[in-house]
Amino acid sequence: MKKIEAIIRPEKLEPVRIALTEIGVFGMTVSEVSGRGRQMGIALQWRVGEYRVEFLPKVKIEAVVLDEDVGKALNAIVRKAKTGERGDGKIFILPVDNAIRIRTGDEGESAI
Amino acid sequence: MVNNGDTAWLLVSAALVMLMTPGLALFYGGMVRRKNVLSTIMMSFVLLGLIGTLWLLYGYSLGFGPNLGGIIGNLDWIGLRGVGQSPSNVYATTVPQLAFMIFQAMFAVITVALWTGGVVERTKFSAFLVLAVLWFTVVYCPVAHWVWGHGGWLAKLGCLDFAGGIVVHISAGMSALALALLLRPRKGFKEKEPMEPHNIPMVIMGTGLLWFGWFGFNAGSALTSGGLASSAFVATNASAAAAALTWMVLGWIHRRPSVLGIATGAVAGLAAVTPAAGFIPPLAGIPIGIIAALICYYCMVLRAKGGIDESLDVWAVHGMGGIWGTLAVGIFASVAVNSAGANGLIHGSGILLAKQLAGVASVATFAFVATWVLGKIVDRTIGLRVKEDEEVVGLDISQHGERAYGGVSP
Repeated sequence: MKKIEAIIRPEKLEPVRIALTEIGVFGMTVSEVSGRGRQMGIALQWRVGEYRVEFLPKVKIEAVVLDEDVGKALNAIVRKAKTGERGDGKIFILPVDNAIRIRTGDEGESAI
Repeated sequence: MVNNGDTAWLLVSAALVMLMTPGLALFYGGMVRRKNVLSTIMMSFVLLGLIGTLWLLYGYSLGFGPNLGGIIGNLDWIGLRGVGQSPSNVYATTVPQLAFMIFQAMFAVITVALWTGGVVERTKFSAFLVLAVLWFTVVYCPVAHWVWGHGGWLAKLGCLDFAGGIVVHISAGMSALALALLLRPRKGFKEKEPMEPHNIPMVIMGTGLLWFGWFGFNAGSALTSGGLASSAFVATNASAAAAALTWMVLGWIHRRPSVLGIATGAVAGLAAVTPAAGFIPPLAGIPIGIIAALICYYCMVLRAKGGIDESLDVWAVHGMGGIWGTLAVGIFASVAVNSAGANGLIHGSGILLAKQLAGVASVATFAFVATWVLGKIVDRTIGLRVKEDEEVVGLDISQHGERAYGGVSP
């Protein structure tokens, strides 16, 4: 089992969710996050002139998938979240020791 | 003789002006960081309680009571002694004096609230309350007497201020500047940390309430419900509309048509037309508003370039808007609009402009210097500023023990 953490543009959440559903990845947790990459912040409009915002709004998707599904899932995310501009985001893949479904107590791969 | 129509309008106007203070609280509250929104709102809202009480106890007497040397009212009307259901023989002679008194109370409340915009996000609440009482007593009441009191020296000079360009906006604007210089910038201001306005829709709600309430402020200052109130009402709206549009265009030229910008423009136009509303032909509100937006916009640019953390630009908007509007009376005023007024430059007389200039210069200087001294006294004794860690955590938690947007569970 692997945990995929994808930090993407907020407006790409829906296309990514649909693409993941199509390949059988249903479960995911989504949060609104603020972050920055190499592009740093951006300038926003103030009453006169502008000010810099150092962190930009992003969406973080967390999904735990079977080892054999990792490639498909990553492909789906990259395909749908990419614009080619700076700020498309990042994906991190982490090992997962175990998973437990709280309702039934199922453990391991059958719990995800 | 009490006139029922006039009384009804003045009481409604007093209620309209009352609503401007919570409106201002939202206007300011939306522009600060989320950790300081309650503190910012509180600094306005508490004055409905504090000044609302002091005005009845002694403020009205100092501002409007029997004249002492043109400088201040005496204490004959302390605790509203003799202020009742019959009209005064010098102020608003067609309404109960109680109605005039409570209308004026709302002006005192919002004037103190206005300058809080210069000192948000770093002022200790207890020290602020002490400063507010001192400022109300030493700056507001005398200036109100000079300009509006029977026998006040600026009133006798013939300086005109229909609804408070001098008394409210110049005094608050200059005081905000003095206090901002005294307090020094917020932590992180010099380092250009982002001081992001945390809720612009809140600013717009506040602007809407201010604009709405301003009809009571300006048209109510006719103190009658007839033609003059109507004229002042139209002039007020004309200036607000023209200034809002102008500010939007200025922002667009430099970058984008900003929402925060159009709201700021509306307030600049409203502040500028305040001293003029009942002395000028209504259409003159348009040039007054356009020029107000230009002046206030570039004063704000200048203030920011100067590295002065007058945080919400009370000086640029209210101070400079009020100065422009007060001088504009000397340009656009016409006795055809208000026989109690005078003719300005356009209608053939230059002397009014000189009188207006005297009002601007004296009150701007007095407000700045007196406020500096009062601020210094409070700073030396109680300390005006919160501790550094209190400022970092935010004043909502450190001063009030509350947070505006709490909770993880639904």
